[in-house]
Parts: sequence; C-alpha cells; structure tokens
Amino acid sequence: MGIDIRLPLGILFLLLGSILVVYGAASDASLYGQSLGINVNLYWGVVLLAFGALMFGLSRRGARAEARTESTSQAPRSPGH
Amino acid sequence: MTGIDWLILGLYFAFVLGIGVALKGSMKTSADFFLAGRAIPAWVAGLAFMSANLGAQEVIGMGASGAKYGIATSHFYWIGAIPAMVFVGIFMMPFYYGSRARSVPEYLRLRFDEKTRGLNAISFAIMTIFSSGISMYAIAKLIQTLHVFDGVFQRLGLNSSWIFDFAIVISAIVVLVYTFLGGLSSAIYNEVLQFFLIVAGFLPLSYLGLKNVGGWSGLKATLGPSYTHSWAGLSHASTNRLGVEWFGLAMGLGFVLSFGYWCTDFLVIQRAMAAKSMSAARRTPLIGAFPKMLFPFLVILPGLIAIALPTQPAVPSHARVVVGAEPPGKGIIPLKLDASSGQPMLDKDGKPQLDYDLAVPSMLLHYFPPGMLGLGLTALLASFMSGMAGNVTAFNTVWTYDIYQSYIRPGATDAHYLWMGRASTVFGIAFSIAAAYMANRFNNIMDMLQLVFAFVNAPLFATFLLGMFWKRTTGHAAFTGLLAGTAAAAIHHGLTLPAGAVVGIKGGWLAVTHTYPSEMAQNFWTAIYAWSTCFVVTIIVSLLTRAPEESKLVGLVYSLTPKPEEEPLAWYARPASLALMVLAGTVLLNIIFW
Repeated sequence: MGIDIRLPLGILFLLLGSILVVYGAASDASLYGQSLGINVNLYWGVVLLAFGALMFGLSRRGARAEARTESTSQAPRSPGH
Repeated sequence: MTGIDWLILGLYFAFVLGIGVALKGSMKTSADFFLAGRAIPAWVAGLAFMSANLGAQEVIGMGASGAKYGIATSHFYWIGAIPAMVFVGIFMMPFYYGSRARSVPEYLRLRFDEKTRGLNAISFAIMTIFSSGISMYAIAKLIQTLHVFDGVFQRLGLNSSWIFDFAIVISAIVVLVYTFLGGLSSAIYNEVLQFFLIVAGFLPLSYLGLKNVGGWSGLKATLGPSYTHSWAGLSHASTNRLGVEWFGLAMGLGFVLSFGYWCTDFLVIQRAMAAKSMSAARRTPLIGAFPKMLFPFLVILPGLIAIALPTQPAVPSHARVVVGAEPPGKGIIPLKLDASSGQPMLDKDGKPQLDYDLAVPSMLLHYFPPGMLGLGLTALLASFMSGMAGNVTAFNTVWTYDIYQSYIRPGATDAHYLWMGRASTVFGIAFSIAAAYMANRFNNIMDMLQLVFAFVNAPLFATFLLGMFWKRTTGHAAFTGLLAGTAAAAIHHGLTLPAGAVVGIKGGWLAVTHTYPSEMAQNFWTAIYAWSTCFVVTIIVSLLTRAPEESKLVGLVYSLTPKPEEEPLAWYARPASLALMVLAGTVLLNIIFW
C-alpha cells in the first residue's frame, strides 16, 4: 500500500550526498583537522550519492516491473486479485 | 551548529513529515492505520523490526555501556537479541501471523482468555509510555547539552532554561504529526529512513575513531583486555567489567530478557504482523537480525573509543583561567554535573562520576566537521524518533483494540476506532511527556529499562512458550503464572541490592538478604526468578484446571497447527537458510571478540 519507500529514500540520499559533496569540495582544508585531515564531507558525500542513486534506480525498476505485470495481468484477471 | 547542519536537519524533517502527509490519503480503515494494511514487503518490515528498537536506549545507552563495560556490551546483541530474533521468526511467527490476531494481547485472548489479555494489554500500554518518555527525555537532554538551540534562544531573548522543555515539545510534535497522519505505515517507512540515516551518520564515526586510536589493536593496547574481550573473564563476576558470571548472563540476558523482549513485545512483533504474507512475516525478524548482528560496530565501538582517547581538558584552555581548574573527565567523556549546582556529582566513595551518556555525542563533536556533524546529529535525532514512534504506534493499537474496543466501547463502527487510534496517539504522547520528566532521575538509561523489562517482560516469555508449545496450558494458569512471575520479580528486587547502591529504587526495599556484584547481575537474576516462577506456577495451575478444548486451539498451538507452507523462494531467502546464516555469523563474531 501507499508508497515504495525506495523512492523517497533514494531522493533523500541523493540530496544529502549532493549537499555534502558540494560543501566538501568548496570548504577549506583547515576544517578537517578534527577528522584526521580527511575531507569526510566530500568522500562520504560521494558514498551517499551512490547509495541514493542505487535506491532511486531500484525504485524506478520496481515501478516499471509493476506496470508490466499490471498490463499483462489485465486480460486473464484471476478472481481475488 | 552551522547553516549546513541546519540544512541537513531541515531536509530530514521535511522527508519525515512528507511521508506522513503522503500516506494520509490511504488511511481508510482501522486496519490501514494499525496494521499498515498487512501489505509491507519483508525487507521493509525487517529493517523496521530492528529500527523500532533502535531508540535512545540503543544509540546513547549502548555507547554509554561501551564506555563503561567495553566490548562485552555486544552481549546485548549477540546473545541478547540474535537467538531470540531467529526463534521468533522460525517458531513463533506462524502462530502470531497465522492466528490473524491484530496484536500480541489479542493473541493471548485467542489462546487463553480475556483476563490474560487485559493484564498484558494494560502492563504493555504503561511500558510503551515509559519507553517513549525515556526517548523523549534523552532527545531533550542531548539538545540541551549540545547547545543546539542556545543561539536561537539567545537571539529571541528567551530564557535558556526552557530549552529542555522546548526540545521535548518539538520532538513530541514531529512524531505526533507523522504517526497521526500515516499510522503504522508512516512509522515503518520512517524507521527504514532512520535506519539508513543512522548507518550513514555513524559508520564514518567508527571509521575515524578507530583510525585515530590505531585500529582494534591500538584500542586493545590502550584499554587492556577487560574492555576488549566479550567472554574472557566471565567465569566469575569479579573478573569482568559487567560484574556478571556467565550463567547469569546466558540465562538472564540471553534467554529470559532477550526472548521476553524480541518474542513477545508487541512493539517489534507489530512490524512483522504488518508484513504482506506469512513468509514475509517469518523473514521479518531474520532480515532484521543481519544488521542487528553488525550494529555493535556502530553504536558500542564509539563508546570504547571515547574512553580510550587522551583525556581532554573540560573547558578550552583559553577559557580555563576564567572558569577555574575544573577536573577533566576520562577520555573525551565529561564528568557528570549536578544540574542545579553545576558541580561534579560524586559516587559513594567520593569519586566524581562520568557522564557516560555523553560518550556518543562527544564523539560526534570531536570528529565531525560542519556538514558531517549535521548528518551525525540528524542520525541521532532519527534514532530517538524511530524508538519513540515505535512505542507510540504499539500503544495506540493496544489501547484501541485491546482496551477501548474490548472493555470501554465494543461494537462501534470501524471509523470510530480509526478516530480513537488517532486520539490515542495524541494522549499517548501527552503521557510520554510526563514520563520524560520522570526519566530525568536516572544515571544510565539502560539500567532502568532493564529493570522495567525484568518486572513485566521476564515472566511473559514463559507464558508464550507454554501457550504455543504445550496445548494443556490453561487461561487461569497463564494469568496466575504472569502475576506470580511479576510478584517474584518485585520481591527479588526488594530483597537484594547491587554492591555500592543505596536502599530504594535500586532494590533492597524489603530487606537486604543478598548483595550482587553489579546492578546488571541483579537485573538478570530478577528476570531469571520471575521467569522460573511463572513457568512453574503456570504448569502447576494448568494441571489443576480443566484442559482447554483442542478444537479451539488450532492455529494457536504448535502440535495442533499444520506446518506453514513454504512459498517458492530461492534457497538463500528461505527462513531456515536466513536463520542458519545469521546464527553462523553471530558465532563467528563471538569467537573473534572472545
């Protein structure tokens, strides 16, 4: 019922990833002394972007698969479904 | 908190509330609201099953315990959760899901009788209010300590002593809005969101911390074996940090408390009951067990790292001249300060106490620059809200179906019960707020929760075990057994005291006949006594009362129910295969961290 959670999940992580990547690329290296000199915003942002893209892609594939089963099951509709 | 951190937090809140709004239209019947229309896919239900438990007590409490007890805290996962999650999926879900009961108390009515259901429904409702209150308290305390709102309050000219109250109201309103609008579906979908957010916020923290202290071997060298072994030293209570011996741990935590929680607590079972099929319901706890097995690395490890780091000055060096020589805490964990006087709180020996609950938040502030800090804090808030929402949805269902529909107003229309579900969401949260203020009195949240679980949940698993697997068990016996078990828990608590504690809330209020080496040992043994009493009393009373009619127990008792038909699934996706995989993984982890 309702929604395929992978869609909002994908969008949220695409947005979070983008924010971190842009901020990480634009921010000064001196900011990262506390994180052991690693630009965590940039690197982790890329990981989150990849995860967001994966979830978004899966939700699109799921939607297409659902559309296909709906169009094929239209003709011999079994009772109770 | 800088602008970027607020942006991340704001984005998350927008999605949380957006899910509630998006689902509002599909809440047409009470089954949509309370059971998510029984249409949730297995992986979604599985992650929600795990996340509903991932509240404040988990992230803050497990980090605190990690700093206090070391890697042995992982027993709460590897012994205290995985075996029970496997058991409920393989053996118990066929009866929960198959009976079409809408709640755990309702299963008790089908299997036993009205009074057993009533007892369970009422005690459960009270417990969920407490748990959600504790979540709320933790959220508010954290916001206060981290000075998240201080800037905003100063600009508006408001008294900063209201921040605690303001934080409680804000967290209550957000959870209220999305559970009010979308019911269980909304809670479940948000729990999935929260799950991934917690991983996203905490994985880099563990990575950076571990890198900083020189990896696991560096941590071992700094902290010594008592912190970095989970089983070594458990032969005797005095040779390990938990202050528990292996039998108390295995029986108290691994059997009684763990099975009592994961196998009978409607908070988690409700997620599996919302699954779209029997096979999905059985796989729900098994799928949840995989991330559960690995979560010690996200929530316990930061606590260990926090205590292992070089001790930090309590105030920045340039400000110390003004504030005076405040003694530092240990690692990066600050001292516990008295809220009214601002002075460090002392234990019985006059030594200052550490504020272990700040282990994880201190870690976030220590390692994360702006940006990641926003994500880390959002993850923390997400965990609080998922824990709280789990309690709220469990409460409104039990209240509406098992208390209101059963005793106050039976026979009303479905629309009326849907309305009551929403109304009870509102007053459930109002009661939680009251509980949040009560929770303010306890040092380690985990210890208090264990105490509550010991009284209420510990005897419960004996009732379910006998009810599901021994057809002779009767309703009178179940009811008497539960009362006897809870009474045994209370009496045991009243007669014993943990070492170094004062008579009162910690125990010994009847007389001190035995002193346990630690509060945890006392809690585990309270649970063991409660369970054993309930088990024995239920068997004796069953044999003394008239056996239930077998025809009424079909689908409710193991020996009278046909085995659930296996859906055609790939071999690795079958419940039994998942169970073996997760058990093998857990054994391996126990060996590695021996």
